[in-house]
Amino acid sequence: MGGRLKISLLLAPAVLVIGTLFVGGLYAALVQSLGYFPAIGQTEMSLSAYREVFSSGNFIDSLILTIYIAVASTVISTTLAVLGALALRRSSGTVSAVVFQIPITIPHLVAAVGIALVVSQTGLGARLASAFGMVGEPSDFPALLYDKYSIGIILTYVWKEVPFVALVVLAGLRGVASELEEVAQTLGANAWQRFWHVIFPVIAPGVVAASLIVFAFTFGAFEVPYLLGQDYPTILPVTAYNEYRSIELSDRPAAMAINIIIAVITALFAAAYLRLSRGLGRG
Amino acid sequence: MGKKRHNIWLILAALVVAIPFIPLVLWAFAGEWRFPELLPTEFSLRGWEQIISGGNRVPEAVLNSLIIGVAATAASVAVGLPAGMAIGGYEFRFKGAVIFLILLPILVPPLASTMGIHLTFIRLGLSDTVFGVFLVHLIPTVPYTAIILTSVFADMTGEMEEAARSLGASPWQAFRHVTLPQAVPGIAVAALFAFLVSWSQYILTVLIGGGSVITLPMLLFSAASGSDPVITSVLAILFALPALVVLVVALRFLRGGGDESGMIGLGKPS
Repeated sequence: MGGRLKISLLLAPAVLVIGTLFVGGLYAALVQSLGYFPAIGQTEMSLSAYREVFSSGNFIDSLILTIYIAVASTVISTTLAVLGALALRRSSGTVSAVVFQIPITIPHLVAAVGIALVVSQTGLGARLASAFGMVGEPSDFPALLYDKYSIGIILTYVWKEVPFVALVVLAGLRGVASELEEVAQTLGANAWQRFWHVIFPVIAPGVVAASLIVFAFTFGAFEVPYLLGQDYPTILPVTAYNEYRSIELSDRPAAMAINIIIAVITALFAAAYLRLSRGLGRG
Repeated sequence: MGKKRHNIWLILAALVVAIPFIPLVLWAFAGEWRFPELLPTEFSLRGWEQIISGGNRVPEAVLNSLIIGVAATAASVAVGLPAGMAIGGYEFRFKGAVIFLILLPILVPPLASTMGIHLTFIRLGLSDTVFGVFLVHLIPTVPYTAIILTSVFADMTGEMEEAARSLGASPWQAFRHVTLPQAVPGIAVAALFAFLVSWSQYILTVLIGGGSVITLPMLLFSAASGSDPVITSVLAILFALPALVVLVVALRFLRGGGDESGMIGLGKPS
């Protein structure tokens, strides 16, 4: 039976596309990060771009900002998602599905523009604050865009990713957790005991898997920080892009080195996610 | 009473979801809206007239976005469907490695590989072309499609197909008349999301399109970096429309599935 052949043929197109464009692209980025540019007569490979990147304050500032945004967005999104799912688990499934699915489906760019029009110094938030007499001039309202703390970026990510994590949590809650919880309740467990000993262990693997995805995504995403972020430091993908666009061809290896660093870090998160979700599948 | 409390939380969640849309809709129809007015003092259709009237690149951008999106969707389904069948329907060696390979472009930002491949695209004459942009859009769309279709085929038991085979259907007939029709709703959802992923791409298009291929998010981006909230909001609403259409269609398709858990596969941030 040609089962193996059939499976290979079925997989071939996808593997070919991803292998050529994605893996091939990463390979090209790696080679270029090592300084290999035959087009400009550079054929010697070295790690000097990495040395340069790691020793530059620019990169370190950028890395710290990227980790800060990814950690803050992930922690806030996950916490709100668990609380939201617990609050909403008994309400109508269809209605909450629609409410949750809207932020997931709307492009990040639209969310970023909408959030910007809410939190900017002449935005809806500032106007409301003014209506309550809390601010007089737009400049009295705190700067939440292009700011040091990246509030606008984090708010956009939280708005986008909370529903995603919440759906994962809700699926866990609607399944085995609710039955177990009833048993625990009959046995006299209080609300906190029921959450900590019954619900949390059931939803934890899903929550961790979903937050790994959110972290990897917010670590490597480009658009929202490019639009709402400050000029310096910028997050790693934006830094890589700026280096890449520089007229100096000699900046190219540094841009590619940053790309490879981003790829390695996010790939580690992908591997962790995969391990975890396969463990889940085995039950 | 308990029910009412849960509804309050739901209304609160809906309000939070609605917040970014409020200024978008108000600005899109605002004539004059000075600080600190809470609502526009004048309404107008200036923004909409401006994008419909000639002399701007909106029609071109919408057309490019549509062409690239439809092409990327068709290619992704053609490539992702067999992959989803193989991974969802069969056990084989190196399955974990194949899943990892397909999952990687979703979690590793496609920007890195696109920058890497840019030189090759320039050499092959693919940069600054719609076809080149279509090709790099496949980096995120193929994995999404394959993953969604994997879960579609994993949920099928294959019993119907076996029954058809035992009744004398050829493998192709069994696939064509039994398996495929069962998979149609899942394929439709995968296609819709592939389209959305392509439609939402900004930086891949900028890199490979090099400014010669203008798409809607590029216009939205430059408007958002400018100082006219009216045009920005009109473009943002235009850009969000397919997402809302997809949402309505996807919910209709999935209604048979019962609760929302079936939608989790779609839930990855795009």
